[in-house]
Amino acid sequence: MSNYTIDNFSSLATWFDTMLNNFMPSWLATTLECLLVGVGLLLVYSVLALFYILYERKICAYFQCRLGPNRVGPWGLLQSVADMFKILIKELISLNHIDKFLFALAPYLVIIASVLCFAVLPWGNGLQIIDFNIGIFFLLACSSIGVLGILLAGWSSNNKFTLIGALRSGAQMVSYELSVGLSILTMVVFAGTMDVGKIVEAQADHWFIFSAHIPALIAFVIYMIAGTAETNRGPFDLPEAESELTAGYHTEYSGIHFGFFYLAEYLNLFIVSGVATLLFFGGWMPFRVAGWDGFNEIMGYIPSVVWFLGKAFIISFIIIWFKWTYPRLRIDQLLTLEWKYLLPINLVNLALMVWIVVEGLYFGQLPQ
Amino acid sequence: MISLGIFGIDAVVFAIVALLTGAGLVWLAMWLAGLISPRSFNPQKGEAYECGIPTRGESMARFHVGYYLFAILFLMFDVETVFLFPWAVKMRALGGEGVLCVAVFFAILVLGLVYAWRKGALEWK
Repeated sequence: MSNYTIDNFSSLATWFDTMLNNFMPSWLATTLECLLVGVGLLLVYSVLALFYILYERKICAYFQCRLGPNRVGPWGLLQSVADMFKILIKELISLNHIDKFLFALAPYLVIIASVLCFAVLPWGNGLQIIDFNIGIFFLLACSSIGVLGILLAGWSSNNKFTLIGALRSGAQMVSYELSVGLSILTMVVFAGTMDVGKIVEAQADHWFIFSAHIPALIAFVIYMIAGTAETNRGPFDLPEAESELTAGYHTEYSGIHFGFFYLAEYLNLFIVSGVATLLFFGGWMPFRVAGWDGFNEIMGYIPSVVWFLGKAFIISFIIIWFKWTYPRLRIDQLLTLEWKYLLPINLVNLALMVWIVVEGLYFGQLPQ
Repeated sequence: MISLGIFGIDAVVFAIVALLTGAGLVWLAMWLAGLISPRSFNPQKGEAYECGIPTRGESMARFHVGYYLFAILFLMFDVETVFLFPWAVKMRALGGEGVLCVAVFFAILVLGLVYAWRKGALEWK
């Protein structure tokens, strides 16, 4: 990685690695590094989930001219920490006729899927934990495991409403996964690689949304709609339609068991925004203009982590905004929107992107 | 090709670390909750929750066949999208011939969608 920003985690990691290897056997150093990554992942995951819960509550409060949580800690910052402790001391109700194994397994699947996606995201300059050459593909694969967890949760709970909630959720998530996949495919056609690090690197001079102009913009809009539906949020939250189904697929879960679904839902919101940031807004890459060296230098003084988180938070804000603007859809409207509008538009858009790449009608240099 | 992650360790190792982290998070929180959460027993508590009234009929209710149809459609399109990914990466190397081959494949995909549409599989009845 070169010096796009002042913080460079890859050199830091190399320094740490050589330092550890200097005074301990290499297997111990590797184990320690894995442990460090695991603990770091756990901490960032929980802290970000807690922050996101507060973030959404605050935003929704301001949309409704309320103040939101403001009693626990300054600006209500400790509210979700307090909520976490409260949910831990809630009783875990053991139900009579549930499928115990599947009931216990479901939260594992949901959480594991989101942690895996979480680790693929480009957090900063050289700060990417899972750096596959098929990174984007791995991300798609992991995110579809989450659907399984939700289906299992609804199925194993022995309750009509959870069953219907899970099926709705499943139908919605798999349908919109198609649109997510196709808009990602459109960007992969442009980038010519699925390696997350290389995609970010390729956006050094122009973010993809600028260099691939119209098809990238269409892909971005479709991605935002499909991403909102995929996280069961906003106008697409009918799996949890509390007026029809008591609470959707997690009705029978109690205490921290329910908390996992809640946690994963917020983390998925972050992951969707993170992927949008990666594919369209250059990941951790600062806003740079080719040729403006002084400007690029100044932008480089803002650390890469701040760039990534800032872009992701802004996109999350837009997704939360959807929720407070549009009324909830019916299931037939939802499926019509996906299969009769988004999917055909997406297919045409893919062809358009291929045409633009072949004819060379994009701005700047195409990533090699 | 081996993909190296941070610290120069294979990315697969970190994928396993992330998987264990996720499982560990759930296990740890469940264990902690098991230690500190209260327990009280009541036969009523174990019943299915339907806003307070007793459950009527079977809990494994019959559901709309449309869910199944859409799952099948999804399977078809998703597998086809998966096939397009390797081509997308190598598109510039394969050139015009590759684009032509994929165009044929793409046409079959679109035909599938048109067929499903005309058959009325996309309607929610």
